[in-house]
Amino acid sequence: MEDVYIIGAGIHPFGRTDGRSGRDQGVFAVRQAMADAGIEWTDVGCAYGGSAAAGSADIMVNELGLTGLPFINVANGCATGGSALASARNAIAAGEFDVALAVGFDKHPRGAFNAKPRDYGLPEWYGQTGMMLTTQFFALKIQRYMQLYGISRETLGRVAEKAFRNGVHADHAWRRSPVDLETILNSPMVNDPLTKYMFCAPAEGAVALILASGKKVRELGADAVKIASVAVRTRPPGSFEVFAPSVDIDNGGKPTILASKAAFEQAGIGPEDISVAQLQDTESGAEIMHMAENGFCKDGDQEQWLREGRTEITGSLPVNTDGGCLACGEPIGASGLRQVYENTVQLRGRGGGRQVPGRPKAAYSHVYGAPGLSGVCILER
Amino acid sequence: MAQLEPIAENLWTNEAEPALIGGRLPNGKIVFPYPSGDAAEGVEPYRLSRKGTLWSWTRQDFQPKEPFEGPEPFQPYLLGYVELPGEVIVETRIVDCVLEDLKLGMPMEFVVAPFDATRATYAFRPEKA
Repeated sequence: MEDVYIIGAGIHPFGRTDGRSGRDQGVFAVRQAMADAGIEWTDVGCAYGGSAAAGSADIMVNELGLTGLPFINVANGCATGGSALASARNAIAAGEFDVALAVGFDKHPRGAFNAKPRDYGLPEWYGQTGMMLTTQFFALKIQRYMQLYGISRETLGRVAEKAFRNGVHADHAWRRSPVDLETILNSPMVNDPLTKYMFCAPAEGAVALILASGKKVRELGADAVKIASVAVRTRPPGSFEVFAPSVDIDNGGKPTILASKAAFEQAGIGPEDISVAQLQDTESGAEIMHMAENGFCKDGDQEQWLREGRTEITGSLPVNTDGGCLACGEPIGASGLRQVYENTVQLRGRGGGRQVPGRPKAAYSHVYGAPGLSGVCILER
Repeated sequence: MAQLEPIAENLWTNEAEPALIGGRLPNGKIVFPYPSGDAAEGVEPYRLSRKGTLWSWTRQDFQPKEPFEGPEPFQPYLLGYVELPGEVIVETRIVDCVLEDLKLGMPMEFVVAPFDATRATYAFRPEKA
């Protein structure tokens, strides 16, 4: 396969932007990404994009221009961005186009997501009795993990503290003030053991990435970052996932482990080669568990890692350098691409106050979502 | 007290000591609830064990949006997963205890519990010593 590169990255600030639709935020991000890449809309050969709650992406051609390009709508839940990226990359790798767009955007109502049982093939009583909440799943997963591997509540707090500290330096972040550990631990409980400050909130935002072939990179003299691998995987048997009225007694399989292995294999490198990682942190517990599921540490080692600051921007493996979902919020369609955006920023050395020192060479991103899917992307400089 | 209606039909058995109704797949795996529609093809109804061990738990501290139909005013409630040995791990309400009582692996037993003024749902509670 042809190597594929990211040559332009654009982002609409995450958070709340009253008066601007999710799709308009997407258009904003696309224009910024094209300017960054030094191309025009007429240069874009094909496009993939979508949102979970803000409509179809292909209508963007009304604003961007009726060039006749193929624009594929992607509707893949939390992996919408990841799937758009994988598709755009494949279109270039296959040699059909030299420039492709991957775009994700969203705009969710305030408060926790309220999923409908029938959309997930579940009986009505599951929602009626109050067991179909994403926040509960995260609490239930980390509760068990904490008992099995000796993770403390303080460590959950440290993850959130780091996120808000990093978000201060990210222009696109929503929460841009530090929050101290005491405040995080003592904020109202949402689902034990997770407090309000340990959860991200549904939000708004958009990200666009311009991908190009090696030929196009040379032609433009672009500031390019290579896509070493992209892997999207759904759940294996025995996995414990969101919205599960029951779990197999032979449990332990995880979509993240599958996606991570596939991505490392494709890239031909291992966890020890990664210099910066963006790991899905829907809440503090997710970041902790995903450190192990993605192969960066053993189960239980997170207690020591967090205490020693190893995942800080100056640590041995900086994690969620822009504050992740905790500081940026979660617009589902854009969230996975935000991680890739941040890694692009880091590899180009444009991170400013949040720049990982020592010229990072390989960057890892991981998104996870309902009903049990993961997307991993590895970028190299 | 008037008889409470089950929140849904065929969730648990109608007998003196009721139990959840799961399904046994052709490959022997036990699932809960019993599947509906085409997914039920070849699945045998399976009476699940009334006893198990606590697999995980949490407390719902904020009022969920619809489709939640719990009584007003909202009261926080406990829920979790109970492992039924050799069968399946089921998600369930947890009753007759407080958060601080709950420990990984503790013995739990099945109970039909009031959901609101007119309906009952299934739950597990710490097994009485």
